[in-house]
Amino acid sequence: MLEELTDVPVLNKAYQSLEEIFGDFLLGATFEKKELSVRIKKDGLLSILRYLKSTVGFNALSDIIGLDNLRLGAEGAKRFSLLYQLYAFPGFVRIRLVLDVDENEPVPSVVPVFRSANWAEREIYDMFGIRFAGHPDLRRIYMPEEYEGHPLRKDFPLEGPNDGV
Amino acid sequence: MPGKRTPSNSGEGLTSDGGRHPFLLTKLDHLIAWSQKNSLWPFGSGLACCAIEMIATAAARFDISRFGMELFRASPRQADLFIVAGTVTNKMAPVIRRLWEQMADPKWVVAMGNCAVSGGPFPTYSVLQGVDNVIPVDVYIAGCPPTPQGLLHGLLTLQEKIARSHPTKAIFNADARRID
Repeated sequence: MLEELTDVPVLNKAYQSLEEIFGDFLLGATFEKKELSVRIKKDGLLSILRYLKSTVGFNALSDIIGLDNLRLGAEGAKRFSLLYQLYAFPGFVRIRLVLDVDENEPVPSVVPVFRSANWAEREIYDMFGIRFAGHPDLRRIYMPEEYEGHPLRKDFPLEGPNDGV
Repeated sequence: MPGKRTPSNSGEGLTSDGGRHPFLLTKLDHLIAWSQKNSLWPFGSGLACCAIEMIATAAARFDISRFGMELFRASPRQADLFIVAGTVTNKMAPVIRRLWEQMADPKWVVAMGNCAVSGGPFPTYSVLQGVDNVIPVDVYIAGCPPTPQGLLHGLLTLQEKIARSHPTKAIFNADARRID
């Protein structure tokens, strides 16, 4: 489906330049329903984000999404996926970066590039227990501070570890 | 002895009456309970969608002021009725407890809606399974959310409960704060 990328010139140009400059860090890309999602390596995260923000013009990080791939573990998938949703608002174009991480594997914080990542990363840490290296204030954001466990993990019981008390 | 109110003594002052002015004989318990139940000042803690029904109850159509409860207070220190309207999360539970502690005696609590009664549709890690885990509740109102009629029925039930109470026991016996 990547051939249809030419329908969206801005995205096409962004993807071509990514391939050219960061080819070593790209693991693959899909284009579906006019949404481009690029799977990247952890080492390239900060430099790719910085490039997309300053040179290509993706000026907003709208959200970071966490996924628990617990049931895909048998197929060799890493435990978690992080989806970085970028948005360019002159032009209204979106791009998605996908980053696979293992349990207990720290991820570089992107707060130095996008300050809006601060609370998003705290939410990911709160709900999934993924640690972000270099985050200025990595505390829980939804659950009480003394809470134990990370509720959105697939192996977390719905009622909580102590039957909700 | 009940005083007899006749045309001859009705408009005259206390001094010229010779001690025959009218008076009312009642129990202090009844008088205090009567005044308490007819001037409940609610502390509206709207935590979720139940708050909308509570607001509707306070508005003109259902008009909670018919029962002397129209003074919704923004501070627990000025209120004597705590309407817990909505979902109490575990993170909110210590706040609810503290607000209740800040209310001056005598005070009453109404758990409005299934969430406040028992956790309702959220048997989950983040929701308190009934507000009676942290504060004592006088009246439980089921519903998701309860209609304004439901809330009014609960509040009238609370009034009946207050009318049956013995507030003077708290004065004469400090151990018995109130009986149900």
